Amino acid sequence: MITAKKLVGALALTAAAALTAACGASGTGSDGAKASDVKLRMTVWTSNAEQLKLFDAIGAAYRAEHPEVSSITFESLPFADYNTTLTTQIAGGNAPDLAWMGDLSRDLIASDALVGLTGKLKATAGWQYDDLVDSATKEFSRDGTLYAYPFSNSPFALYVNTDLLAKAGQKIDPKTLTWDQVAAAGAAVHAKTGKAGLVIRDFDYKAWNMLATVWTGFGASAWSQDGKTCTFGSPEMQRAFTFLHDAAFKTGAMPGPGTKADFFAGDAAFTVAQVSRASLLTGSFKFGLYPLPAGPSGRYAVLGQAGVGVLAAGKHQEQATDFLAYLTNPANAAKLAQFFPPPRKSLLTGTKLAANNKKLSAAQLQEVVVGQLPDAVTLPNHTSPAEIAQKGKTALDAMWKPDADIPAVLNSVCAAIEPILAK
Amino acid sequence: MRYWTTRRRDVLTGYLFIAPQLIGVVLFVLIPVGLAIWYSLNKWNVFTGKQVFVGADHYAALAADPQLPSVLLATVVFSGGVVVLNITLGLLIAVLLNRRFRGATFFRTLFFSPVVVSVVAWTLVWGFLLQDNGGINGLLRAIGLAAPNWLQHGDTAMLSVVVSQVVRSVGVNMVLFLAALQGVPSELYEAARIDGARSRSMFTRITLPLISPTVLLTAIITVVGALQSFAQIAVLTGGGPGLSTTVLVYYVFQQAFEFNDIGYGSTLALMLLSFVMVLTLLQWQLRRKWVFHEQ
Repeated sequence: MITAKKLVGALALTAAAALTAACGASGTGSDGAKASDVKLRMTVWTSNAEQLKLFDAIGAAYRAEHPEVSSITFESLPFADYNTTLTTQIAGGNAPDLAWMGDLSRDLIASDALVGLTGKLKATAGWQYDDLVDSATKEFSRDGTLYAYPFSNSPFALYVNTDLLAKAGQKIDPKTLTWDQVAAAGAAVHAKTGKAGLVIRDFDYKAWNMLATVWTGFGASAWSQDGKTCTFGSPEMQRAFTFLHDAAFKTGAMPGPGTKADFFAGDAAFTVAQVSRASLLTGSFKFGLYPLPAGPSGRYAVLGQAGVGVLAAGKHQEQATDFLAYLTNPANAAKLAQFFPPPRKSLLTGTKLAANNKKLSAAQLQEVVVGQLPDAVTLPNHTSPAEIAQKGKTALDAMWKPDADIPAVLNSVCAAIEPILAK
Repeated sequence: MRYWTTRRRDVLTGYLFIAPQLIGVVLFVLIPVGLAIWYSLNKWNVFTGKQVFVGADHYAALAADPQLPSVLLATVVFSGGVVVLNITLGLLIAVLLNRRFRGATFFRTLFFSPVVVSVVAWTLVWGFLLQDNGGINGLLRAIGLAAPNWLQHGDTAMLSVVVSQVVRSVGVNMVLFLAALQGVPSELYEAARIDGARSRSMFTRITLPLISPTVLLTAIITVVGALQSFAQIAVLTGGGPGLSTTVLVYYVFQQAFEFNDIGYGSTLALMLLSFVMVLTLLQWQLRRKWVFHEQ
C-alpha cells in the first residue's frame, strides 16, 4: 500500500523535475538583451505577401545601418484574433517590441503600455513631425504626446457596381447622392436582379461600430465627446437605425441578417468599405468609387485607422523606437503609401498616391482620400473596446427582427454599455 | 542492512513508471488550477502586468453578474441537449449497425468520419449551410417548407449548435457502444429467445445491463465534453443572438481573453471546474444503483 509519506515524496520528485524543466526552458528561451544582439519583433495583422515584402525590405535596410540589430521579424497574426493574441503575449511576458494597433490603442495608451514617440520623432533629423495631419494623429495622442504612428488612414467610401445598376435601369449622381437614393437604387437592383443592394462591409449584423459610416451622416454618435455618456438613444440615432431597419426588412435594399453577399465578387450594387479594399477589385465588373453619400445632416467622412507603436513591455524600447522612426521617415512613408493612405501632408495628393496604386486613378484618390481626410472622424473608439462591442451587440441583436421596437432596443444598448463607459 | 532492497527497487520502478503522467498532471492540471485560484483573487492589468490582490471581489462579482443566469441556462440547454442526443443516438446507431447486413462497415465509417474532421472546418461548413440563403434553406424552400433564419433566432440558433455538435461527435459513442455490444455473450440472447423473450425485453434486461459500464463511461465523457464545447459556439454563433448560445466556457473565454479580465475569467473557470467535478462524482456515485457488474 502506498503511504502518504511516499506519495508526498513522489509529488516532490515530480515537482522538482517540473521546476527543473521550467528553469531550463526559461534559460534557453531568452535572446539575451545584449545591445550587440538585438532582435526586434513587430506584430502585424496583414498576411499580404507584397506588404510583408516591403516591411522586410525596410527592415533589412535598417539593419544594414545598425549592425547591433541582428534581426527584425514581422509576425503576422490573424486579424480576427489579433487583439486577443497581442494581449496574451503581453500578459505572458512575451510582448513584441512594436505592434500594429486599431481599437486596442485606447486601452494601451490609458494603461501607459506604449512608449511616447513625440520626442524621438521630433529629434530625428529629417523626420518632419509637422508634416503629420492633425485628424490622423488625434486618435493616438494623449496630452500632446503621440503614442502610435498612424501609418494607415483609409477613409470609408461608397463602391458602386455600375454594371448591376445599369441592369436594373438605375442611375445615380455621385455629386448629389444621398443615403435615401442609395437605398432606393439598392432596393431596385435587388428586386430586378436578385442580387443584393447595399452591403456595409464587415458589419454582418455583428460589428455594429461599422454602422458609424452611416449614422454619422444622420448627425448621430455612439457616445459623447468625452466618452462618458451613451448617446444611442438620441433622435438622430433613431432616425439612422430606422433607415437601416427599413433597408433590411421593408425595402430589401440591404441583405437581411444571415444572408451573405460579397460586393467584390459582384453580388451587390453598393458597398461601404475602406479605400484600401480597392485591391479586392478583380475587374470582373465596372465600378465607381465615391465619398460617402450625404445624410440628413449633410456631407461627412469616416476614417478607419491603424497605428504602430512601441510597447513599454518590450525588451528593446530604445532600438524599437529608433526603428519606428526609420520605418516612418518621409522616404519610407512614401513607400508604405502604396498600400496604406499616409498621415503626411506632403504625400497626400492624388497624383502621388496614384503613382503606386494599380486600381484607383489620381482623381479618385484625390476625391476619396485627400479630400476626405482632414475632416474625417474615426470609427467609435473607447477603452475596453471588446467589452463594449460585445455588450452592444448582445443588446442590438433584438434590432434585427422585422418587428423590432427601435427606440427600446437603442435604449437597451445604452443600458448595456453605459457602465463600461463610466469606468 | 542494504538500503536498496528488492521491495524498495520495485517501489521506485513503480514511481518511475507513473512519473511521466504525474509530471503531466502537475504541470498541466495542478499548477494551472493553482494559478487560476491565485488569479481569481487578483485584479490583473494585462497591458502592464500589474496585479493587485482583491480577495473575494471576483466571487462577489460572480454572484451579482446579471448575465450569468442566461449563461448558465444556455449551458444547461446546450449540454443537456448534446448529452441526451449523443448517448441515445449513439446507442441507437450502434444497435442498428451491430447487426450483420450488407454495407454495415460503410455506415459505421460514415457515422464515425465527422469525428476526424477539424471542429472549426466542420463548424464553418455548417455555418454556410445554415445561413439564410444557405444550403439547408435552399432544400427546405425547394420542397415548399418554411425556411427559418437558423442562426438569427435564439431557439433555432441553440438547436443548430446542438445538432452540428451531435452529428460531429456521435460517432465516438457509437464506436464505444458497438464495442460493448459485441462483448455481450450471444448465449444469453439464445437462452432468452428459447424462454420466449421479446426483443424489447432482451434489450432492457440483457443488453442494457451488460453494457451499462460503457453507458457510464460515455455519459461521463459526453457530459465533460459538452461542458467544454467552445469552437462550435465561437465559430457558428459567437454566443448570440443575445446571450442565447453563450455557454459558460465561451463566457470564460470572453471575460479572460476578449475583455482582458483574467481575474474574473479565472473565477468563472473555477466555477466550471467545480461543475464538471460535481457532475462526474455524482455519476460515479450513482453507478452503484444502475451499473451492472457480473462479479
